[in-house]
Amino acid sequence: MQKLGDFKLPQFFNYPPYFTLQPVRDTREKQVQLWKELILDYCRNQKIFVIGIEEEFPLFTNQVIERFLSHEAKETFLSALVSEGRAEWMDKGHKRCLILWHRIQEWADIIMRFVKETGLEDSVMTIEEIRSGIESRGTELHGMDRTILTRALKLLEQKGKAAIFKGSSADDEGVKFSA
Amino acid sequence: MAGNWFPIAQLTSSGRPIFQPGEVESNLLSSIDIESEENPNFPVFKSGVLILTTHRIIWIDESKNNNSSSSSSTSSASAISIPLGAVTHIFSPKKSIKSMFASPRIRFQVSVSTAGKVEEKGSRSMVITLVFRGSKSDPDTFVTKFWEAWRARSWEVLSSEKSDSNEKNFGSVESSSGLRMAGVSGILRKEQETWESTDKSLQDAFQDLNALMGKAKEMVMLAEKMRLKLLSGPTGQPSTTDEEMGSKQDMQDWLLSVGIASPVTKESAGALYHQQLSRQLADFVKIPLERAGGMTALIDVYCLFNRARGTELISPEDLLQACAIWAKFDVPVMLRKFDSGVMVIQNKSHSDEEVFARIMALVLKPEALRLGVSASDAAMTLGIAPALAKEHLLTAETKGLLCRDVSAEGFRFYINLFKEIDLNDIHLYVTNPVETVWYVIVHIHRLLKLT
Repeated sequence: MQKLGDFKLPQFFNYPPYFTLQPVRDTREKQVQLWKELILDYCRNQKIFVIGIEEEFPLFTNQVIERFLSHEAKETFLSALVSEGRAEWMDKGHKRCLILWHRIQEWADIIMRFVKETGLEDSVMTIEEIRSGIESRGTELHGMDRTILTRALKLLEQKGKAAIFKGSSADDEGVKFSA
Repeated sequence: MAGNWFPIAQLTSSGRPIFQPGEVESNLLSSIDIESEENPNFPVFKSGVLILTTHRIIWIDESKNNNSSSSSSTSSASAISIPLGAVTHIFSPKKSIKSMFASPRIRFQVSVSTAGKVEEKGSRSMVITLVFRGSKSDPDTFVTKFWEAWRARSWEVLSSEKSDSNEKNFGSVESSSGLRMAGVSGILRKEQETWESTDKSLQDAFQDLNALMGKAKEMVMLAEKMRLKLLSGPTGQPSTTDEEMGSKQDMQDWLLSVGIASPVTKESAGALYHQQLSRQLADFVKIPLERAGGMTALIDVYCLFNRARGTELISPEDLLQACAIWAKFDVPVMLRKFDSGVMVIQNKSHSDEEVFARIMALVLKPEALRLGVSASDAAMTLGIAPALAKEHLLTAETKGLLCRDVSAEGFRFYINLFKEIDLNDIHLYVTNPVETVWYVIVHIHRLLKLT
């Protein structure tokens, strides 16, 4: 089976029409669905949070059959993810796309579970600590995208489960969790 | 019954008269009645199309002809003919105050058999009146042309030529006894001879301009004779070699393009131009359609049709109009417009399903599963023009049978696997036979490439 890094590619990755945006509606719907699944799978597996539409992205090129996605196709597939709430455009020009293989709410739940498991309730952490600290090592939170993390924390704050403190710089923003 | 009074005229399936060899139409009129004032039992011939040819007057019952439900049995009685050879006298039209208000009438005398049926050299005679009901018809022009045709006596030239050629051909290409020993090569040799004599005729003709008029008719006869000979020649020759088959094919190609001896023209048909053109076209496209598998691009038909017409070319606009009128007649062909705008002529019986089945067979071949098919691949397999093949492929794509692959290698079509892939299980080996076949082929190919 073909692999991209340690990611196992599905069989249809070598099916040339998979890389051409299909004009017939039913066919395209199925094609878009397959691409959405594959993008989410790949990003989850490779811990990729942002796809730059103009930058090289391994999944959008198949060297074996010499096919690659057109700009229009990339935008179509990512837009489909956006409309489902599984991605967000980071700019108006649709150049960078934030991939949410966990929705913000799911990330918030993961953070709370982490806080409970490590007994960090009522203690203060910096946001940077959550992303790269010793405590989060080995969890999904380790190395996660700062934008997504901030968004998840804000969601928790709205629900009264966390309080964010502004620090002197972006690096030392702090957060206090409450059970 | 009409058949008791006049010889029946044979019509094609789209309602055009079948002409005799050398017969050319010279005038078409609509809304013509035929009457015979001296016969009280004379049947009703009302408001038909009248075609004056060099040999006959043909009258077609339009009401029966246009009726799409009419079977062959009734349509056989819907056209009658009066051989010009039976015409014994044409009366000059009466000019009177009364005639200015009534419909124009033209009278002529024909010879009839003792039973009362119109025929050449009949023992009795009958006066027939043509009544011009249509407001647009021009009786004076008709009378002039009628006189011309009657005086030219071209039907006699034909019958004498016929007996001539029968004598000359005895024992060579197609003797009446059925002794066809020479086959296609014989016909070709005969061709050569004909051409040589044609060449001589040409030289003669140019020596004497006065003789040219007479020779011109001979030329037409020669061409027509060649046609007939070639048509009837090769049948019943089982021992033809490949080479002969090839030349036979060539011959028939020429024949096809020699085509139309009496093209419908604006001059001859007048107001009936498009209608008659439409019928003639319907008859004409039958053979090209059959060869092209039931569908031909309109552009191809335009070229073939004009080539067959020779000098009396028609405009694309005329062709389109003629095709558009088909919807009103009971003809076996139709005009079809693809989504892309490409227009084709196809048999009404033509089915897309059959084409799809052939396309599916094509894309399921191992080579096509791996590399897809292009329009030209499909054109070669289906035996049709690439533009048409592409239309078929696109239609099959719209139906969800195929999907496209656009790359540096071009525009190719693959069997549609998208619907076969299970969304819940995209990483597992599939159990669907079509997809499995595809994977197996692709993997074998990769293994071969690696070794």
